[in-house]
Amino acid sequence: MKRFLIPLGLFLVLVVFLAIGLNRDPHEVPSPLVGKPAPAFSLEKLAEPGKTFSPADMQGQVWLLNVWASWCVSCRAEHPLLVAFSRQGGLPIVGLNYKEVRGDGGIDAKKLSPADEASLTRQRAGAWLSQHGDPYTLSVLDMDGRVGIDYGVYGVPETYLIDKKGVIRFKQIGPITPDALEKKILPLARQLAAES
Amino acid sequence: MKALRRTLTTCATALLLGPLSLSAHAGEATPMADNPVVEARLIAISEELRCLVCQNESLAGSRAELAEDLRREVRKLIQDGKSDTEIKDYLVARYGDFVLYRPPVKPTTWLLWFGPFALLAGAVAGLVAYLRRRASRVQPAHLSAADKASAEALLADTPPRPKDPA
Repeated sequence: MKRFLIPLGLFLVLVVFLAIGLNRDPHEVPSPLVGKPAPAFSLEKLAEPGKTFSPADMQGQVWLLNVWASWCVSCRAEHPLLVAFSRQGGLPIVGLNYKEVRGDGGIDAKKLSPADEASLTRQRAGAWLSQHGDPYTLSVLDMDGRVGIDYGVYGVPETYLIDKKGVIRFKQIGPITPDALEKKILPLARQLAAES
Repeated sequence: MKALRRTLTTCATALLLGPLSLSAHAGEATPMADNPVVEARLIAISEELRCLVCQNESLAGSRAELAEDLRREVRKLIQDGKSDTEIKDYLVARYGDFVLYRPPVKPTTWLLWFGPFALLAGAVAGLVAYLRRRASRVQPAHLSAADKASAEALLADTPPRPKDPA
């Protein structure tokens, strides 16, 4: 009897390992930035050319940084949820418009002058927000993706929950689902709002 | 599922458009690429790094856009005089150990690095114990005087005598 129990036990261990391994999404790479201060940046605002925003401006507030672009298909999927969430007055959401022009495979951005790229970025991002709704307190323009690299962005959309002291407390990779919002982001945000 | 589809589309687009954009830019090498020493180091470093979009490709081989951006970053860091370790640390701070094809040895990866050796040592110990046990089991059994007598009687083909009271 014992002779059969040992291989059976080993087999069950293997099955458990495989079950866990196969149910994980290899594209969800845990961010090393969770628990670390949000990287500083200073980027121009979408709505106010010439004026910049930096994460330090949000000191003392719990807020979301949402990485988006008009060419990003999954952003469109999560967008209605963000719009509804902002109407409820949940949390301030800052949009990081990521490589609006360069990220679009259909445009050869290398042929554009910086000024042309900036105006095309504003035009495309603005049009997209007026068409689909604007859930953002403000959006900033990361045209070359440098800030994206500092935040470890590797697939849009991505969303960071940042606490009052400017520390990243959670990262959502891929679109925010109603489930992730209700079960992860909101409970944590409430807890962070209670912190001094 | 959507994320996967998005990634697949990105990879497929990169594969399809890659040769086209290569041929389009073949003649216009950037001044940065002129330095063969920098380029050789860029390739050496980026072959050790994983592209996060097409995860089975190295940063050196991937045509995904993020890989292109990251190669540009690495090239800049090389030109700034950073060491290979500093450059890898820069990327690990942003993307985690996952970008390294060779995971670092630290408590959370001990199982990964030493697990196979521990498994081998356990298996060898098990094998030695089993062989010893088997060897002791096949040792010739000692016959008691009575058993010996009855065996001799059987061999002599005579009926066995009644057993000794001892």
